[in-house]
Amino acid sequence: MSDTPETKPFEPIIIGFTCNWCSYRAADMAGTARMKYAPNVRLIRLMCSGRLDPTFVFKAFAGGADAVLVSGCHPGDCHYINQNYKAMRRFQLMKRVLAQLGIEPDRLKLLWASAAEGAIFAREINSFVEQVRALGPLNWNKTSFTIPADADKEEVPA
Amino acid sequence: MEKKERIGVYICHCGTNIAGVVNVGEVSAWSAENLKDQGVVIARDYKFMCSSLGQELIQKDIKEQGLTRVVVAACSPHLHEATFRNACKGGGLNPYLCELVSIREQDSWVHTDKAAATEKAKAIISGGVARVIHHEPLEPLHVPIHPATLVVGGGIAGIQAALELADAGFPVYLVEREPSIGGHMAQFDKTFPTLDCSACILTPKMVQVGSHPNITLLTYSEVEKVDGYVGNFTVAIRKRARSIIEKDCTGCGICWEKCPWKVVDNVFEAGMGKRKAIYVPFPQAVPKYPVIDRVNCTYYIKGTCKACEKFCPTNAIDFTQEDEILNVQVGNIILATGYDLFDAHRITQYGFGRLANVYTNLEFERLSNAAGPTGGNIVLRDGKTTPKVVGIVHCVGSRDKNYNEYCSAICCMQSLKFAHLVQERTGAEVYNFYIDIRTPAKGYEEFYHRLLDEGTHFIRGKVAEISDAARLPAEEGKLIIQVEDTLTGNQLRVPVDMAILSAGLEPRRDAKEVAKKFGISCSADGWLIERHPKLDPVATVTEGIYIAGCVQGPKDIPASVVQGAAAAARILGKIQQKEVALEPVRASINADQCSGCRICNNLCPFNAILFHEDKMVSEVNPALCQGCGTCVAACPAGAISGTVFSNEQILSQIEGLLFLNIPKKEAVA
Repeated sequence: MSDTPETKPFEPIIIGFTCNWCSYRAADMAGTARMKYAPNVRLIRLMCSGRLDPTFVFKAFAGGADAVLVSGCHPGDCHYINQNYKAMRRFQLMKRVLAQLGIEPDRLKLLWASAAEGAIFAREINSFVEQVRALGPLNWNKTSFTIPADADKEEVPA
Repeated sequence: MEKKERIGVYICHCGTNIAGVVNVGEVSAWSAENLKDQGVVIARDYKFMCSSLGQELIQKDIKEQGLTRVVVAACSPHLHEATFRNACKGGGLNPYLCELVSIREQDSWVHTDKAAATEKAKAIISGGVARVIHHEPLEPLHVPIHPATLVVGGGIAGIQAALELADAGFPVYLVEREPSIGGHMAQFDKTFPTLDCSACILTPKMVQVGSHPNITLLTYSEVEKVDGYVGNFTVAIRKRARSIIEKDCTGCGICWEKCPWKVVDNVFEAGMGKRKAIYVPFPQAVPKYPVIDRVNCTYYIKGTCKACEKFCPTNAIDFTQEDEILNVQVGNIILATGYDLFDAHRITQYGFGRLANVYTNLEFERLSNAAGPTGGNIVLRDGKTTPKVVGIVHCVGSRDKNYNEYCSAICCMQSLKFAHLVQERTGAEVYNFYIDIRTPAKGYEEFYHRLLDEGTHFIRGKVAEISDAARLPAEEGKLIIQVEDTLTGNQLRVPVDMAILSAGLEPRRDAKEVAKKFGISCSADGWLIERHPKLDPVATVTEGIYIAGCVQGPKDIPASVVQGAAAAARILGKIQQKEVALEPVRASINADQCSGCRICNNLCPFNAILFHEDKMVSEVNPALCQGCGTCVAACPAGAISGTVFSNEQILSQIEGLLFLNIPKKEAVA
């Protein structure tokens, strides 16, 4: 697989989790408004970001994704009252676990997007794709990444 | 896998919406070839899958090819999931064995690179195929629907909705924050374009509401809390203390005659007039009971007075009354909470609040109202001078990126109405300063022509400034409106006696909190979001919650009435069915696997998980469960499963989405 590795930029593959009420609708809104963004993210719809089992994220990385996006309603706007706070807690936890597994925590992103924020959704996907492009492909077993010293000092919101 | 599923994949062109970017033929051929091992037996692409011919195609294949699963790659499931589920049902397949994946909103509409979009479509379909294998046949949950409806907001939209429902024989709770129903319409003098007297057409409807046996009217009240779901909402309503015993009050009016304390009425009279500390907002108020404004009442401030109590012939005054919380059961809710006027103070160069004779539209409505503070005499702030020249400024706070980008829809017609009223009552010369004249409804353009014939001046240009700094003798003592006439290219200084600002409509200041309370969302502007802007304008994404009137966006009276009636009709249709079908997205706990750790118990925001002390296991109450899935994700024993979004379904979808890239990854390694 070394056709033209220099001329062709690395195209990361990103799995994105959205909630049914806000962020999936933000994606719909971006579509309806024909806002253009990078084609690297493949979305999975959950009912709520609180449904996000950390296993899903690890499964995506294990299956070949270069990065994972977790998105939901803004804090306080959750369709299920406050379940996105649980997603927020798991997100912090997953970042730590990723670091311990030798995966850059920056490969996991949390994005709050309301149903009206198609533009923000599109913009954030573009910036995430660029961020992951800079990190390069996830060659997990060959990675030279070392755990940052302050990895477990990251604050976990209550 | 015990038995292999027979899967059909259907790729929609959506005209050129999808096919213009995604190579549908290639995707269809690829699916048939590469997803064979997963069980795909047929893959087709078709111009419009949602058309009846497209649906028949699926149904025919279910019968002839013996399909056990269907994947449709088309638009967002929020648009056509129900369509394709029904198509499968019509073909004899359980509707929940169908998966709709979006290759339009998430692919063809947002990407320009055709090759990349085509690859993404393949990945999305492969994810859908991997997922659909784990779908289970399900039946929707049927729950009884409570026949009562809650209408929040007693303006014209809420009134119309309440009357439609009540006339059909169903109970309605109408909650209004102010002491009387009527809303903004009650403040107006005339309505465009027919110039009917606003009160004459509104008050009979208000009286009907007040006396309707099916309507429970709760004014001076607000919704505190909403629990439950479509068909079965429990709503807590705070009925604020009026300090009046309603059953004893006859509305005779002696109390407000005798009350010695006058305050400026900033709500109904828009600051133009005064009211007493015990008051009804306007003479035709419904209900007729007054309310004591405790902030301004002498008794509540100083502990003495009680003039109203002394003179009340029926002893209906109760200074010790307290707020009451009422809990009501309803099946559906209509939000018709209306709008707030744009605060004209924000545009300082127009001088509102600084220059006496600059008025807002609502102030002018009160000024021109026969029941208003001047009895309908259009005079300046001094209370006696009749203006000789009046300038009306359009688009104040609307169509302006500094404030609100949207058009407030009503200001053109309202300004034309003002121009007519000024000319008719004072003979003054009237200038309209407009950006564009927008009169797109029945009789509106004709009204504009009538104003042109009446000799109103129209100057096309956005007003730069209103000032009192005279440069010429003719400008002395006048307000000077500085504007560029964009049709002639000339800078003009127009001296006027009175300037009226046509302030735009804005979402209610607390629209966001209201939306949150009812579990729906606001657009970026702050208006509540409808389910579909064209085809479903009064429903919201939350089942059982409807919106009507200006809460959804700026609109005039006829459009608000239409929406009120439409929301009522939608609800009547639901009530008539006596029960509502809910998505069977629910969690359930396998008692054998449950360790009784109770982690899930506290995670559930709906208290849907019960713990059986005797058996030491938890159980989900499906009537309370809303299907968010948080407990499923949290269960350390994996004992909780969630229908439609099970672990198997999602894990397989992840695998499917990455299916395309597996060979590549291996080649690298």
